Amino acid sequence: MSVKIYIPRDSAALSVGAFEVAEGIKAKGGDDVQIIATGSRGMLWLEPLVEVETPEGRVAYGPVQPEDVKSLFDADFLKGGDHKLRQGLTEEIPYFAKQDRLTFARVGVIDRLSLEDYEAHGGLKGLKAALSMTPEKIVEEVLESGLRGRGGAGFPTGIKWKTALAQTSEQKYICANADEGDSGTFADRMLMEGDPFSLIEGMIIGGRAIGAQTGYVYIRSEYPHAIRVMRRAVKAMEDAGWLGQNIGGSDAHFDLHIRVGAGAYICGEESSMLESLEGKRGQVKVKPPIPAISGLFNKPTIVNNVLTLATVPFILSEGAKTYADYGQGRSRGTQPFQLAGDVAQGGLIEMAFGVTIEEIVNEFGGGTRSGRPVKAVQIGGPLGGYLTPEQFSTSLGYESLSEAGGMIGHGGIVVYNDTTSMMKMARYAMEFCELESCGKCTPCRIGSVRGKETLDKIAAGDDVAANLDVLDDLCDLMEEASLCAMGGLTPMPVRTAMKAFPEEFTGPLEKAAE
Amino acid sequence: MVTLLNTVEDKFAREICRDHGDKSDELLEILHAVQHEKGHLSDGALRTIAQALNISRAEIHGVVSFYHDYKREAGAQFTLHICRAEACQAVGADELITEAETLFDVKLDGGGEDVALAAAYCLGNCALGPAVLVNEKLYGRVDKAKIKAIAAQHMAQNS
Repeated sequence: MSVKIYIPRDSAALSVGAFEVAEGIKAKGGDDVQIIATGSRGMLWLEPLVEVETPEGRVAYGPVQPEDVKSLFDADFLKGGDHKLRQGLTEEIPYFAKQDRLTFARVGVIDRLSLEDYEAHGGLKGLKAALSMTPEKIVEEVLESGLRGRGGAGFPTGIKWKTALAQTSEQKYICANADEGDSGTFADRMLMEGDPFSLIEGMIIGGRAIGAQTGYVYIRSEYPHAIRVMRRAVKAMEDAGWLGQNIGGSDAHFDLHIRVGAGAYICGEESSMLESLEGKRGQVKVKPPIPAISGLFNKPTIVNNVLTLATVPFILSEGAKTYADYGQGRSRGTQPFQLAGDVAQGGLIEMAFGVTIEEIVNEFGGGTRSGRPVKAVQIGGPLGGYLTPEQFSTSLGYESLSEAGGMIGHGGIVVYNDTTSMMKMARYAMEFCELESCGKCTPCRIGSVRGKETLDKIAAGDDVAANLDVLDDLCDLMEEASLCAMGGLTPMPVRTAMKAFPEEFTGPLEKAAE
Repeated sequence: MVTLLNTVEDKFAREICRDHGDKSDELLEILHAVQHEKGHLSDGALRTIAQALNISRAEIHGVVSFYHDYKREAGAQFTLHICRAEACQAVGADELITEAETLFDVKLDGGGEDVALAAAYCLGNCALGPAVLVNEKLYGRVDKAKIKAIAAQHMAQNS
């Protein structure tokens, strides 16, 4: 009998040679091996991570390069033999074992495009439960779980759904926001590439809950691989009768469409995304009306992040209480954190809210990859704040981070070493806003340009005190008068960088470096 | 007879519109499909799309100019999209960009005949940066040697 070998076909793993490794093993192993394409386990520094099924469980080898294949066979890795790349049983690797894998339970475990495998690991259980429940009951369950929007805003999902359910309209829509543009975040991508059916299942449940029979997944064009996997997953669900008319033999209908963005960060903002889905410029719209009342094509629409939707099947199958038992305070459940930047062990870490920055960065992350001291971390993407090692005891939750002057956003954590110029990062924040502003409101469109210029003046030593005042004023204005989070939160990285490292904002860069 | 519109139809663009049911909400998909095949969006193609979808050329111009992905002119044979977002900056993306500019003798976002370099803002490979995307293929832990090899490989495929 052939030995089962699990190799991720996740784009991060592929980016460091997973495909070549798989080909190498296939060529050498022939009929002795059966290669199964999975998602990534999220231990990205070990990618390409090759797992071999043994009677004791899956044994991991990584990072494997094509030239290691011969020595792996020599070491009898098909029987779990010893090798310098052997990491032991995958599920006993502390990085993995310590996690609370709920949303990501199947990612890296199952063949990402096998519905059979999906069902064997608890897939479709939530949907089957939902099909026998009333919409009101589904919404109540989601409300009770305490699930909040994982895209960044943290709005209670159940309340959003309740609002949409209350609308009387023949046509409603449910949209998955897969425009994961924040630097340092890749959980949506990993989920779509590793367990696409869970997102689709969550959307069908959401559709049933609010009375929507049409759904869209809006994926950014920078994720070509995720787009391909999602398209294949939709096709597989259609063929199996889980999408389309009378899904799963019930009276429910649901059609799902994949749409591709075109390189605009702002389309991650929900009103902008909806405009883009209508084939228009991705310009932000004034709220109210909120999309749950009038969204896509002016119909009641739910926009939820990929992670939010992919968590719904778990809540329906295991119960709201099981989910709500994780977490702290008003931050219930788990958050798939993404650790990146200059870090030794970067990857995906799904933990209950309440874990500290220290645990994530130093225990999971193992400090910097370069070996230099950590200077700061940025949490929550390009609009998130910088926090210093003195603040690492802060626990990660919506409220606790906000009290520390930051935000959890989509759960991305980027580590910077001591060579980082915070002046440069602050300037970059303004530059990024200038580049990606949709242009609708003045504080964002012009404020970002002026912010960049003012920071340049400060860096050049040009009337520093007065320009710091100007910058402060400008940040106030952007925060208070911008229509959406793009302009409103750009000051956050700028201000937190200035607050933590005031000495870098006092004049020429060379002087500050001394 | 006076023709107010140039009626020379771009057959490929017309076909794509038809595939999408001539629906204006599918404009982004249509533009992607045309650009994927032709490399850029020509005047003729945009005019044809406007007619097929029954929207104004001004509206299409608004959309095409809003999104970073759409190109109005034929570009280089292939483009290396180098990520310069924060996580990649933290592991030396700026240095990689400078090295690549010297290596290929082109400027970032400055065009080029064979190879062009374009800034990308997050490719979702943040734990394995610096990241580069070429022809929909993603690379991680890219350094000077690796980017040279990537370019050579794609150049060989193209010729």
